[in-house]
Amino acid sequence: MRTNDVMLQTATKVVTFIILMFAVHIFFAGHYTPGGGFVGGLLTTSAIVLLMLAFDLETVKKILPINYVSMTAVGLLLALATAAASIIFDVPFFTHAYDYYDLPLFGNTSLHSALLFDVGVYLVVVGVTMTIIQTIGEDG
Amino acid sequence: MSNLLLFPIIIPFFFAIILMIFPKRLKLQRILAAAAAGVTVVSALFLLAKVDADGVQAVTLGSWPAPFGISMVSDPLSALLVVTSSLITLFVIFYSFPTIGVKREQSYYYPAVLFLMVGVNGAFTTGDIFNLFVFVEVLLMASYTLIVHGGEKPQLRESIKYLLVNIISSALFVAAVAFLYSVTGTLNMADLAVKIPQIEETGILTVIAVMFLVVFGFKAAIFPLYFWLPGSYYSPPIPILALFGALLTKVGVYAIMRTYTLFFTMNISFTHELLGIIAILTILAGCVGALAYFDVKKIIIYNIIIAVGVILFGIAQLNQPGVDGSIYYLLHDMLIKAALFFLVGIVAVLFGTTDLRKMGGLIKTYPVLGWTYLVAAFGLAGIPPLSGFPGKLLIVQGGFEGPQFWGSIVILATSLIVLLSAVRIFIYAFWGEPVETVPLKKSVFNQMFIPTVILVAITVVFGVGAELFMPFISGAGEVLLNPSIYIDAVLKE
Repeated sequence: MRTNDVMLQTATKVVTFIILMFAVHIFFAGHYTPGGGFVGGLLTTSAIVLLMLAFDLETVKKILPINYVSMTAVGLLLALATAAASIIFDVPFFTHAYDYYDLPLFGNTSLHSALLFDVGVYLVVVGVTMTIIQTIGEDG
Repeated sequence: MSNLLLFPIIIPFFFAIILMIFPKRLKLQRILAAAAAGVTVVSALFLLAKVDADGVQAVTLGSWPAPFGISMVSDPLSALLVVTSSLITLFVIFYSFPTIGVKREQSYYYPAVLFLMVGVNGAFTTGDIFNLFVFVEVLLMASYTLIVHGGEKPQLRESIKYLLVNIISSALFVAAVAFLYSVTGTLNMADLAVKIPQIEETGILTVIAVMFLVVFGFKAAIFPLYFWLPGSYYSPPIPILALFGALLTKVGVYAIMRTYTLFFTMNISFTHELLGIIAILTILAGCVGALAYFDVKKIIIYNIIIAVGVILFGIAQLNQPGVDGSIYYLLHDMLIKAALFFLVGIVAVLFGTTDLRKMGGLIKTYPVLGWTYLVAAFGLAGIPPLSGFPGKLLIVQGGFEGPQFWGSIVILATSLIVLLSAVRIFIYAFWGEPVETVPLKKSVFNQMFIPTVILVAITVVFGVGAELFMPFISGAGEVLLNPSIYIDAVLKE
């Protein structure tokens, strides 16, 4: 039986985007300060779960037609590839590369290969937690 | 610095990821899974050749200096174990094709097997005690998947027990690692081996050593921590059982082997005597189980526990024959357990039951299967010249040279019980009045039998050609008995 959840749905439409923005912020903050792919991924998941609570599984599947298992695989692949790139340069596994660049708008910015690894972590976290939540949610 | 030692970990990891993307493509899953294991075996062989030629290989991840970064170390022991475990995984994958069932194959079975391989190879290769925990978790995650895979009722029941035991032992593991860190200030195994002899208060270190024995004992199924094993291993299908029986407990055994030779050597008269006594009790407990059951799977499962005891007894002696024997017996046991599980799997399929009392007369219809089983059973019991013999001989010799000579006598006596338990299967299943068997297509039987017979042939070669493998074994034993070789390889890169 559906209850009237206009308030929740309206709030969710705004809050979801705030959470997603915050997730991106936390993800990049993880470069030097607390944060990173893991927390960013969890925040993103929480935004999607909020959508699921406010609407339902089917609607969310329509909005985000993503196979989360494949998403996990892509994330793992990205993380592994970043770490394994060091093999090609003949330095110990997991050695990362970085340098400073002058970018428009950002100014003097340091770019790390570790960022790619973190993107991988982000995708894995979102993929795994969403798979778990979807599986449990569908059974109920 | 050599990244080569990481390949047996990276290759199955890569293929497992690829296989996750298209779970339903049966043919592609099979081909890629077999290719992954095959390539891993090749890379492991290259690694073994390199270790044999250039000595212990080490790499510290992320270009950090050695005690601070995570070190991965490949000494002869770990290289040998990586080769053996990769080889067994390859055979398990081949054996899975006809036995595991299409439904399981299409629900991430092969990725799970490959992830298990990642964890096992990683645990054998790592040179950092916390990283060991991480790799053990990786293989446990994969094993949780495999033990419930298919979701049959007994599997679900036993997986709860398995999960609980492993979560508790993992929590203990982290606690023990934290204690060790608070006392020594390092987690790098080579660095631990340098720092621990400098610490004068050995009392607290002895406590930590016993804590680690409990933690690894849960994984290795020593007395009295083996209670979870017979039930949990009984429930999954045969290929998974073979994989677990051959590899999982051996990771615990390897961890005890490594820690009790490399750095927990400050109070040998207590810790190693305790290990020796526990090992003997483990053998006795396993013997009781192996004789008590009329179920082929249960009999072989209890033989896992016996073998764990035998291997640990050799390590507890901490002398050259004992350690060499343990390494030899460890490799032998991994191979022969996988082969025996394959064989009883075929027998169980043919009779449609695992109960010995409902079997009989198979020697008339499947003579080759019968004789192959007999060879494997003799190998298990250690009848010369098969592969169980050289290892056991050295372990017994080590026992007589050490303080626990009575342990050697127990091992010799229990060898007869092992033989009896294995031959009982032969007598019941192959002799006697023929019982009607489940009709099995010739091609399906061959698909199951060919990997099995090759594996048995490998164990025979490993036993008959013992002289050929002995340089590798004694090389591995030398590193275990002289920690300075290991330390220099890691810290003085």
